[in-house]
Amino acid sequence: MPEAWLHALVGGLMIGGAAALMLLSLGRVAGVSGLSARAAGLAETGAPPGLALSFIIGLPLGAWLMARLIGGVALHFPPSAAALVVAGLLVGFGTRLGSGCTSGHGVCGMSRFSTRSVLATLVFMASGVATVALMNLAGLP
Amino acid sequence: MKQISLALLSGMLFGAGLTYSGMANPAKVRGFLDIFGAWNPALMFVMGGAMLPMLIAWRVQARLKAPLAAPRFSLPQDLRRIDGKLLAGAALFGIGWGVAGLCPGPGLTDLALAPRHAALFVLAMLGGMALFKAVTSRIVPEATKAFGSEEG
Repeated sequence: MPEAWLHALVGGLMIGGAAALMLLSLGRVAGVSGLSARAAGLAETGAPPGLALSFIIGLPLGAWLMARLIGGVALHFPPSAAALVVAGLLVGFGTRLGSGCTSGHGVCGMSRFSTRSVLATLVFMASGVATVALMNLAGLP
Repeated sequence: MKQISLALLSGMLFGAGLTYSGMANPAKVRGFLDIFGAWNPALMFVMGGAMLPMLIAWRVQARLKAPLAAPRFSLPQDLRRIDGKLLAGAALFGIGWGVAGLCPGPGLTDLALAPRHAALFVLAMLGGMALFKAVTSRIVPEATKAFGSEEG
């Protein structure tokens, strides 16, 4: 088993463990798009804003600790700022319209065998695959 | 205070997992989505690994009357409603995910690892969410209330 696969598996177990902690202790789904909208005051319903905000603050905090623990992480971002802005707008609008993202629909919803979440996950996976394929065809980085 | 600490702990474990798994690296995510090109399947194991604890957690949840540190469960109820909003939203989200290789969790996580890039993405993401809120509250005031089923 290649090392990257093992890292992916162990990291995945941590993500699932975090979502399980949220579900069994606080009785809520660890959906990052919904929680960030609540934390930013951009959603009418959902978790109490303070609770949402502390989960959201936990994300970079946990990342910082993990990066220190394993001696740094290499990240590669798209070269243009425009790509990040366009992507962010689509991700923000799309996850609100579709009521969830990779965590809410993908991790929490699929493991609950929610028809909505399974379908949403298939759609965003397919649309992500198509987007990367089309960008490659067009020669976009 | 207990609830706030548990939410923080859950977020930290989530962010640490995203970092360790490779999911926080946009190039790796785009490689995973590039199934017609130089496909890198490693991140399939992230989803697989995340499923395991959650499959067990849902079984435990079904036997609990209330969560361990909150008065009641507040979970999405309507698990079968398929509508245009769900499909269009997922499709738009997928396009954004493909363009930059970032979904909300990794975007926020990367604030600690690559602050400038991540901040640009996160600000735009919040802009997209604000746009959604503005559009739904002006055009269809009921729509925001109809989002009771929030997988989020």
